[in-house]
Amino acid sequence: MNLDIQREELLISQLADLLKNNKHVAVGAASPIPGAAALLAKEEAKFLNKRLRVTILHSNKYNNFTDGARELFDCAAQGRIDTFFLGGVQIDGQANINLVGTGEYPKIKKRFPGSFGSALMYFVVPQIILFREEHSPRTLVKKVDFISAPGVSERGVYRPGGPKYLLTNRALFKFNKNLKKFSLHKINEKETVKNLIKVTGFDFDVDNKISQMSNPDTNRLNILRDKIAPMVSEFYPEFANKIWGI
Amino acid sequence: MKSFDELSLKEIVDEVQDGFILGIPADYSGVPMKFTKELIKKGVKNLKLYCLPLTTIQGDMLIGSGCVSEIEAAAVTLGEFGMAPRFSEAVENGKILIKDSTCPALHAQLQATEKSVPFMPLRGVIGSDIQKHRKDWHVIENPMRSSGVREEPVLLLPAVQLDILVFHAPCSDRNGNIQIGRRRELATLAHASKKVFVTVEKVLNIDFFEDELSAATCLPALYVNGISIVKNGAWPCALPGVYSSDNEEIKKYSLAAKTKEGFGEYMRYFL
Repeated sequence: MNLDIQREELLISQLADLLKNNKHVAVGAASPIPGAAALLAKEEAKFLNKRLRVTILHSNKYNNFTDGARELFDCAAQGRIDTFFLGGVQIDGQANINLVGTGEYPKIKKRFPGSFGSALMYFVVPQIILFREEHSPRTLVKKVDFISAPGVSERGVYRPGGPKYLLTNRALFKFNKNLKKFSLHKINEKETVKNLIKVTGFDFDVDNKISQMSNPDTNRLNILRDKIAPMVSEFYPEFANKIWGI
Repeated sequence: MKSFDELSLKEIVDEVQDGFILGIPADYSGVPMKFTKELIKKGVKNLKLYCLPLTTIQGDMLIGSGCVSEIEAAAVTLGEFGMAPRFSEAVENGKILIKDSTCPALHAQLQATEKSVPFMPLRGVIGSDIQKHRKDWHVIENPMRSSGVREEPVLLLPAVQLDILVFHAPCSDRNGNIQIGRRRELATLAHASKKVFVTVEKVLNIDFFEDELSAATCLPALYVNGISIVKNGAWPCALPGVYSSDNEEIKKYSLAAKTKEGFGEYMRYFL
């Protein structure tokens, strides 16, 4: 087996660590890495005699819904989903996310696909994991150009859910709801805190016990490559082909 | 055997008038691509696309072909093949109006029409720039004493009725009931549309209502105005459960459509 761990495999492994003790994880559009992480966590839960339910929206096979595309949102609003993943063209220091574009709306300079279901999911799912591979001043900004979904809400707004983590290819942050601020939790072994401050557009705190992102062990890597990779190719064929050549 | 008159694809295309609100199914629920191709050939103008909740190549082609003046959607994207280039270009240059929304709101607005009520409430969304820019949406305080939290702000969304919906499905039975399987959002779209036309791969000489399993997974003929048999009608998009998407073709499109010229060349071949 090739023991060189690919960047994507490290990220899948980091995300899988955050899904322990979940009962139901859902994965939305354009999310091959979160999708693989959820299926990996489900497989590993079996060894602990636990059952993790995974719903992958863009899959027919790994999908628990029969009531049409609205069921994801109804199910989430009912509190039946523990973790969901959201991304962003831009993410800012208060965990506001922008999936719409850059420039001043509506006269936008660069248009991206749109907000998808973020404007509800961000409010109702207890653990939202923000995931954006590119970690640069361009993606992690002081203030987003457009708020697809706000990181925090005013008092009185129904909001049992919200951001808990932000994972990039350089670092893992935790979000502190009361301080409305991210704190650095884990860093990639190739990174330094000093450099992270330079490449992050917003201010953040640094945890006292900051650690390195650990690589997946051989066991996990075996499960991922032998078992999960073929599953991923059902719903993200391009991604599976690129990473695992299948 | 059939108890309905089959339409030609042209007869369905002729039902679409300039300025209509056209219902657009997501890439997982049966995109009527052969129909879209004929619609573009006809040169229809000023369509308002209502996507439930997103569109891929169908919307991008219609926009690139100058058929669209307005689009209401939660996303326009080519999925694994990146951004929808003609859509992005049209928005950046102010050629079309985009009513940015979010998936559950697009569902809820049609659900209001299903129930024939003027609006539907939804939680979430409040405090986003989506809400800020939607002058047709309103926030009220929850007036109920018995449910929710009193004085909690709640978003109200207007009922939306579509002029016409066209989608592609695996089959109909001999009575014109359409198999939609678990893609129940197609029923939501149909219930909220003045007219509904469906292209199908084939017509089966059975009655879906004779079996509980097939009865539960069909759209009853009462919502359907016409059916046309169109083989491979979703290509290059997938028809879930029947065939998968032609990824080579979509990739080809995604590369060609990056420029206006490339798109024009692609469409000459496609049409």
